[in-house]
Amino acid sequence: MTEFEMKMKSAQKAVGLGKLSRRDFMQFAIASGVTISAASIMFAQAARAEPKKGGVFKAGIGHGQTTDSLDPATWSNGFTFGWGKSVMGAPLVQVNQKNEPVPHVAESFEPADGAKKWIFKIRKGITYHDGKTLTADDVVATINYHIGPDSKSPAKGVLSNVVSVKADGPDTVVFELNGGNADFPFLLTDYHLSIYPSEGGKIMWEKGIGAGPYVLKSFEPGVKLVADRNPNYFKETYFDGIELLSIIDVAARTNAYLSGEVHFIDRADLKTIDMLKSAPETELYNVSGFAHYTAPMHCDAKPFDDVNVRQAIKYAINRQDLVDKILFGYGSPGNDNPLSPSMKYAINAEPVYSYDPEKAKSLLKKAGLENIKVDLSASDAAFPGGVDAALLMADHAKAAGIEINVVREPNDSYWDNVWLKKPWSLCYWGGRPTADAFLSISLAADAAWNDTNWKNPRFNELVVAARAETDEAKRQAMYAEAQQLVHDDGGQVVLMFNNYVGALSTKIGHNEFNTDYDHDGGYMYERWWMA
Amino acid sequence: MHPVLRTVLQRLGLGVLTLIVVSVVIFSSLELLPGGYAENILGQGATPETVANFKKELGLDRPAYVRYFEWIGGVAQGDFGASYSGVGGTNKREVAHVIAPRLYNTFFLAILTAIIAVPLSLFLGVMAALYRNSWYDRIVNAVTLTTIAAPEFLIAYLLMLLFALKWKWFPSLSTVGETTPFFEHLYRAALPAITLTLVIVAHMMRMTRAALINLLASPYMEMAKLKGVPAREAIVKHALPNAWAPIATVVAFNLAYLVVGVVIVEVVYVYPGIGQLMVDSVSSRDMPVVQACALIFAATYILLNLSADVVSIITNPRLLHPK
Repeated sequence: MTEFEMKMKSAQKAVGLGKLSRRDFMQFAIASGVTISAASIMFAQAARAEPKKGGVFKAGIGHGQTTDSLDPATWSNGFTFGWGKSVMGAPLVQVNQKNEPVPHVAESFEPADGAKKWIFKIRKGITYHDGKTLTADDVVATINYHIGPDSKSPAKGVLSNVVSVKADGPDTVVFELNGGNADFPFLLTDYHLSIYPSEGGKIMWEKGIGAGPYVLKSFEPGVKLVADRNPNYFKETYFDGIELLSIIDVAARTNAYLSGEVHFIDRADLKTIDMLKSAPETELYNVSGFAHYTAPMHCDAKPFDDVNVRQAIKYAINRQDLVDKILFGYGSPGNDNPLSPSMKYAINAEPVYSYDPEKAKSLLKKAGLENIKVDLSASDAAFPGGVDAALLMADHAKAAGIEINVVREPNDSYWDNVWLKKPWSLCYWGGRPTADAFLSISLAADAAWNDTNWKNPRFNELVVAARAETDEAKRQAMYAEAQQLVHDDGGQVVLMFNNYVGALSTKIGHNEFNTDYDHDGGYMYERWWMA
Repeated sequence: MHPVLRTVLQRLGLGVLTLIVVSVVIFSSLELLPGGYAENILGQGATPETVANFKKELGLDRPAYVRYFEWIGGVAQGDFGASYSGVGGTNKREVAHVIAPRLYNTFFLAILTAIIAVPLSLFLGVMAALYRNSWYDRIVNAVTLTTIAAPEFLIAYLLMLLFALKWKWFPSLSTVGETTPFFEHLYRAALPAITLTLVIVAHMMRMTRAALINLLASPYMEMAKLKGVPAREAIVKHALPNAWAPIATVVAFNLAYLVVGVVIVEVVYVYPGIGQLMVDSVSSRDMPVVQACALIFAATYILLNLSADVVSIITNPRLLHPK
């Protein structure tokens, strides 16, 4: 770095800290030989770079229903999931940008007994919005609310291997598991599991009082949520207040952004993304995450019970074409491995399934078949553009002698009556933080969501062993073998990984984004600031 | 008994019957639809166990007829029950509380639109009848027919593009809340109201024109012309009073549409009205809210049609004073 660069850097830093005014910075920069326009851009960058307090952040979110409720066990959409991550709620553990678990309400956590027991120390002096102090009993009550016998919470499945959770003194909570799990802290980052005040072992969520960065001011289900900064929050947060607006219609969402009513919109319309990208003061929020679209085949149903047929179908789909036409390029083709390439322990299994009708034909021949006809149940409920994707797949597979009959299923009740029930359907998987979560949630033989009916003893063995393994190298090897098995033998066709695409005003400052979920991992309300 | 009073009582009695039939139909169609509230809220997260727990909490594990009679029994006593979405907590979300702010917004928008659209279309219709087959008549017809033929969302997007994005006269979002001051509510509801006006003007205006032109051919209008009454006065004084019946029917029909059928406009402008609430509730099978919305919609139709009939009786001396 030259002396000039160093001086500019320190000047920019001073701007970020608010110690140098725009005028002083411009004078300094121009005196150093920088053009006016370049200096102006440098000032804006610098001013955005350092977080500062103030401003009201308005987000236009493409989810939200009039049936949304403050009950954490019912949160399931993009409007509600952030509440538990960084609005009213605060969970024990957060995920950082490098996809590692970091203590949040917990001060620290450590495994014992081969990761079968986890000891969480609770941060001292955390208060709820009403001034009450957060205790270990609240943590126990919160977890029990989700895993208890009467629970309706989706987190029940996530924490299915928790045998008991007990408070040990005022600031220690001990989890007992039915098997070792080295990734256990990750499970507690789930957005349902933010800590609530409790009384007599029952949590009280009705008023929306939690320990999170924002205090609930008003909530109109399906319309908007307004919250003010929690002055006693135990960490740093920047906005004075936030407003979440539910804007389901994508054109309305885009217009709300363009007319300056909101600073951020999620789920941008990919068809018109180039126009949105070139709007003034706009940054494209484009994050390639872990979420993906799949087409699960039931490995115990004809003709998918033959691994050659499964592989033939895997070769008969042009995934790049799907990425280009369904995602408009905002994604990447899948290789029948549910782990995104950027994820820890992920491998790019060989051979890569690229479009090869000839190979598909020869595999069919190996199975003793010439032509096959299969039904594919599709719906836009599975993922946006699901029916179009199915029709494209039918077109691709024709060349391989595979006739795909696309059955259009109703959007309502797709998840109850089609997915898991029909031999070949479409599905999506959202962000999950760990290799274990992805592999055990839908591929393990006993998983409630085993949507391929794939039962591979070796794979199950590997997943259980890797979960408890604390030696990194051994764990890596086990996960690699497990992924190879899914890739070669499984019934999961991972079509594509979809990016999270939105528009963000340059008035908002931010650091590196999380990749596990949309909305900066759900932490945007806490992490972003008004530049 | 006075004919007006008799009609009103008769219609109200029939209306109550209609409402009961509507509630049975809606309830059974919701039951017939695949999926349920628990499955919809839990989505992919629905395992048989969590669904069973959820259903138990909601009382959905009991047979349908028990739930129906329980519900209608409550309604008869003025209790519309609680939305499923508040279940499990200590503060129930009463259906009345869920619906009231939405209904207010819907009526606000409907009345605002009616205040603009009804006088406008009457005026345009009378003028069109007066200057029929002139350039004015043709242009008004062409324009209003174009706006009624264009889909609502297209008109909405065009208005939004021009007034919200290009000229920035109005906001693109019409999100209003219970705390929104009256004039801001008016300002935010302006674009949806203009959109709806464009959608309904053609119908009312053409009915006014047709009813008047029809009357202009009758002998008493010829008489008026022969005795030298100016064309404008002939229409307003002699023709219009006899045209009220068909006009009132069309106006009532359009007002009912403003209350029950504007969900697309609500979605495009993000206006929290009752249409969006009903669609949401149907897709999540929130039965108490759907039922209450359906009853409100049915009652709106019944009452508006009744008032149209009352208007036609009052404006027709032969019906008002039967022998």
